[in-house]
Amino acid sequence: MKVRSSIFASFILVFEVLGVALFLRGFFPVPVKSALPSKSRLSDLPAEPQTGGSPNSTRLPQPLFSRVVVMLVDALREDFVFGASGHLYMPYTRHLVDRGSSHSFVAKARPPTVTMPRIKALTTGSIPGFIDVVMNLNSPALLEDNLIWQANTAGKRIIFYGDDTWVRLFPKHFMEYDGTTSFFVSDYTEVDNNVTRHLDRTLKRDDWDVLILHYLGLDHIGHISGPHSSLIQPKLLEMDDVLKKIHSSLVSKEAEGSLPYLLVLCGDHGMSETGSHGGSSEPEISTPLVLISPAFRRKGGMKKPEVVEQVDLTPTLALGLGLPISQNSVGRVIPGVFEESSLRDQLRFLHLNGHQLSCLLKDSIPDYEKDAGFEQFRVAEKAHGNWMKLYLEGNASEVLMNMGKKVLKQYLEALAAMSSALSKQLGKYDMYSMIAGMVFVFQLLLVLVLAMPEALSGSAAVDLPVLSSLFSLPFYLLCLLLASVHVLVCTSAESSCYFCSLSWGLVFAAVAFSSAMFCILISLATRRLPLAPKIHGKNTGGDWSLSELDVLLLAGTIGHTLSLAASSFVEEEHQTWYFLLNTLCLAVFQDVCRKYFREQRGFGEEEELFLPSKDSHPSSHHKSEVSSEKWLALATPPFTLVCCRLLRSLNQTGVQWAHLPDVGHWLNSSDHKTVLSLLSAFCLVLIYLLVQRRCSLVSKFALALGLLGVYSYRAAVGNVLFPWQQSTRTTSKGTVEARFVYVFVLGILFTGTKGLLRSQILTADAKLKSRGLWEIYSGLVLLVSLLFRAHNLPVLCCCLLIQTLMAQFIWKKLHYDAAQTTIMHYWFGQAFFYFQGNSNNIATVDISVGFVGLESYIEAPAIVLTSLSTYAGPLLWACHLVCYLSSERERSPVAIGHGCYCLALLRSVPAAAYIVLVTVLRYHLFIWSVFSPKLLYESMHLLLTAGVCLFFITMEQSHSTKLT
Amino acid sequence: MWDHEIKAMASTHAIITASVFMATVIPAVFVPGFSVYGTHLLWVYAVSGTVTCVSVAIFWLLGISPPTKKHTLGYKLSRLSRSCLYFFLSCLFFYTVVVLYGAPLIESALETFSLSVLLTSLTTLRCLCVLGPNVQTWIRVFSRHGAMSVWDTCLQITVACTLIGAWVGAFPIPLDWDRPWQVSSSHRKPTYSDWNQWTFELLFSFHHLQPV
Repeated sequence: MKVRSSIFASFILVFEVLGVALFLRGFFPVPVKSALPSKSRLSDLPAEPQTGGSPNSTRLPQPLFSRVVVMLVDALREDFVFGASGHLYMPYTRHLVDRGSSHSFVAKARPPTVTMPRIKALTTGSIPGFIDVVMNLNSPALLEDNLIWQANTAGKRIIFYGDDTWVRLFPKHFMEYDGTTSFFVSDYTEVDNNVTRHLDRTLKRDDWDVLILHYLGLDHIGHISGPHSSLIQPKLLEMDDVLKKIHSSLVSKEAEGSLPYLLVLCGDHGMSETGSHGGSSEPEISTPLVLISPAFRRKGGMKKPEVVEQVDLTPTLALGLGLPISQNSVGRVIPGVFEESSLRDQLRFLHLNGHQLSCLLKDSIPDYEKDAGFEQFRVAEKAHGNWMKLYLEGNASEVLMNMGKKVLKQYLEALAAMSSALSKQLGKYDMYSMIAGMVFVFQLLLVLVLAMPEALSGSAAVDLPVLSSLFSLPFYLLCLLLASVHVLVCTSAESSCYFCSLSWGLVFAAVAFSSAMFCILISLATRRLPLAPKIHGKNTGGDWSLSELDVLLLAGTIGHTLSLAASSFVEEEHQTWYFLLNTLCLAVFQDVCRKYFREQRGFGEEEELFLPSKDSHPSSHHKSEVSSEKWLALATPPFTLVCCRLLRSLNQTGVQWAHLPDVGHWLNSSDHKTVLSLLSAFCLVLIYLLVQRRCSLVSKFALALGLLGVYSYRAAVGNVLFPWQQSTRTTSKGTVEARFVYVFVLGILFTGTKGLLRSQILTADAKLKSRGLWEIYSGLVLLVSLLFRAHNLPVLCCCLLIQTLMAQFIWKKLHYDAAQTTIMHYWFGQAFFYFQGNSNNIATVDISVGFVGLESYIEAPAIVLTSLSTYAGPLLWACHLVCYLSSERERSPVAIGHGCYCLALLRSVPAAAYIVLVTVLRYHLFIWSVFSPKLLYESMHLLLTAGVCLFFITMEQSHSTKLT
Repeated sequence: MWDHEIKAMASTHAIITASVFMATVIPAVFVPGFSVYGTHLLWVYAVSGTVTCVSVAIFWLLGISPPTKKHTLGYKLSRLSRSCLYFFLSCLFFYTVVVLYGAPLIESALETFSLSVLLTSLTTLRCLCVLGPNVQTWIRVFSRHGAMSVWDTCLQITVACTLIGAWVGAFPIPLDWDRPWQVSSSHRKPTYSDWNQWTFELLFSFHHLQPV
């Protein structure tokens, strides 16, 4: 079966996406969950153990606290309170920590250190999976068993002020609430004032039991200017004042005889040295946890705070309030909090926690009985029973006391062992799905690579032996073999496996597909084998000898793929691309120099061999034109280099050098608003000039209006200044302006598509077609200019400028073939991905783009817009590649097929290699912080490339219809 | 004749390599606290100074440079001044390239500039010595199939290897080993590897030339 290489490449890419999706499903562990979908109830609680006698009461011990105030400060880092400058930042809190009746801990948050998973962790006590980050965009109600639900069911009255994520997670749980949105990151005062304004009124009242405050300002400051900014201290002093206010009010309310209060100060996650969060570096995961209550012993002096897990707060609060611990909690109670209560109560608390953990262990680990922690717990429970018997008999000797202490220790050890066993369970991978996905991807990649000589040949068509392999004996044997392997694995595996849980039809299709691919692979390989020496002979013939540029392109591609094995190279991948791009530009510069200087020196005969078309116009006629063109061509690579250097200092990304000051921050500070306005206006004008050249009149008009709309949108949001509007308007969401731009984007895309369709169906007009393509491209440019932050507009501008210059003076004039051009486009696309401020860390994804032009969060457009703006660089370059290659059709009619094939190969080689790397490194220390986000980025990029390749097909399709 | 040239070239390179070695060792004896990583600037100055002096001296003594047509003092002076100018321009050129590769423009300019001086003394200076300040010849030698003598081939190989060595030297920068030579504030190429690579590649170049 003969297939055109573009269709072949897209087909391979689409199936690779499926394989990668299967791999991802197996790679990201499903969170530990109890088998029962119900929630813990008071009536389900185990009885207090007692050997002999009838089971004792099942009631919980008396609650320790009557009222709880949780003050959660977003991005509060541990050293803001406990560090050397803690005295300056939070003097009152520090005083309480040092001298007051309080307990202070460093609570370790688990990555991903993003707000919503952290809130979930704090309330459910479970550790949300990595995939929850992706769901962070959209937070539907939390259905799992959680502390808030328990408190609400127990009749506690809860008041909440702060981040509206809570309101979305717990609808109808709060007696009173006021959600503030974390949408406007640039606002760090209003967002906190909206919380504090309720405080005085609420503190005076007596009708609540739990008060939760979530302050966002500190996090916003971190995002704007980092942890060393001058804004940090005033904000922390403000937080300190709030804490002081709450504390003094609680102290004044305290009455004799009633239960004491508890005031909790904590952070949901820390803040890295750059002020962002999301990863697993030490400053990001270390948060302070200060518990203040008169029930605690007054402390003599500051000790080094103990380290606990963030989830340990959940069972502690639950037991302190007399609530059952939520089912999926993996935390263990903090023993220090209960040290003032009686030994019997302490043992009871630990027993309850242990029982809950052992239930969770039973549900999530198949051979739980062999687990060391579980056995320890059984032993401790028995000892507890004995102790209770003696205790109830009225024994009160020293011996009993010591025995009780021993039981306590046993319990603590058992809790630690069970908790760590459960946490380990989180790191378990579904290996079968991963391997299945990997095998798919590799089969496809090998077929892609083996088809290279045919796909890049003059006819650009691949002969796939589909039918012959479908009717061969090995195919059926393989099907049988794979199916039996599948049955064997699925019946023997005790743990859940996604691939096994798929329906039989799907699995059989996958098995048949895989065996067919295998047969095709074998027959392709056998076809290549006898041919190989022939091709090799041809290569050495000199026709195919590699130039320096080819060597660089190949070495760069392979070197980049290999570099992904090191975590630092993944973190600093932008360096690799900048480095390669610079070298590429220098190599191109050398090529240009060689061409023009040699020509000058009379080596012209060689040039003419390459340029048969050039003889048509007499050279003397265009002498001046040629010389100006020569200088422009010579100036293009240095200009590109300078552009890249400037863009590189626009956004510092990565990890090691991300904290260095960059131009982007400088532009975004409020003092330089005028500069930013002028710069973005200039960029928009330049974008218009660069794009409008090849558009129709209507599109030109629409583009101009659209770009005006972009500026007014930025002005409405408050990023830039409107010259003629002096009055200080309140910043709005700019919905109207953004929608105005969307209308023009759609209009331009529509005219472009119409032109394409007309050229395809009615007239075989190449000019109409290339204009249609360019209009689609300009529609994309307009959309991206709307989505890009104002300080990123120069990136777009330089992208267009470089594309124009390179296409005009380099790619066309130096006669690079489709493969070389594609690789260069791909490299530029990658570099621009990082120029716009992205990195391989989830935290740099600009989620606010998902709200442009929308009143509220709507999932589908938000995801599309966010991925579009994140991958704007690679997408724009890929689209430009389509435009360029189809305009080069006269020279090489199969250019599009070659380009598509190269793009598919360029994308699938690193993706496939990365999957293997991640599998090998799955127990690496940085697997969750460095490698997994990169895996998500790679898969997303693969998906987008598959989309672009489908676009390529449509272009080539119309081309072939034109030929017939 | 052929053999003689090879021999001359081998001894030249041996002397230059030895001078680089001495430039590293001798200051270590005389200057207290000298180390390649610790006082890298001083080391770079020492190496580039020695290499400059030694190669100028050797090539002058050997008389490799193309015979001049005129023997007037004025002509020689103008050649000398043009050579100096080219030397300086090449320093600027390397500086620009390194900055384009990501080194900060002004902050740590001294380090960057000394790197460019080192690179110049290893590449441009030898071209100046062997080919003279004649751009046309340079273009001929460095275009494909342009080498006409052993010295041309040798120049091609050493210059290419030095540049590739410097290029390869940038690889370990992103690694977070926190070594002193991974200059943390910039993305500058660590200078140490130029030298390593250069001496290594010199041996390699001999290996290549023997069958010629």
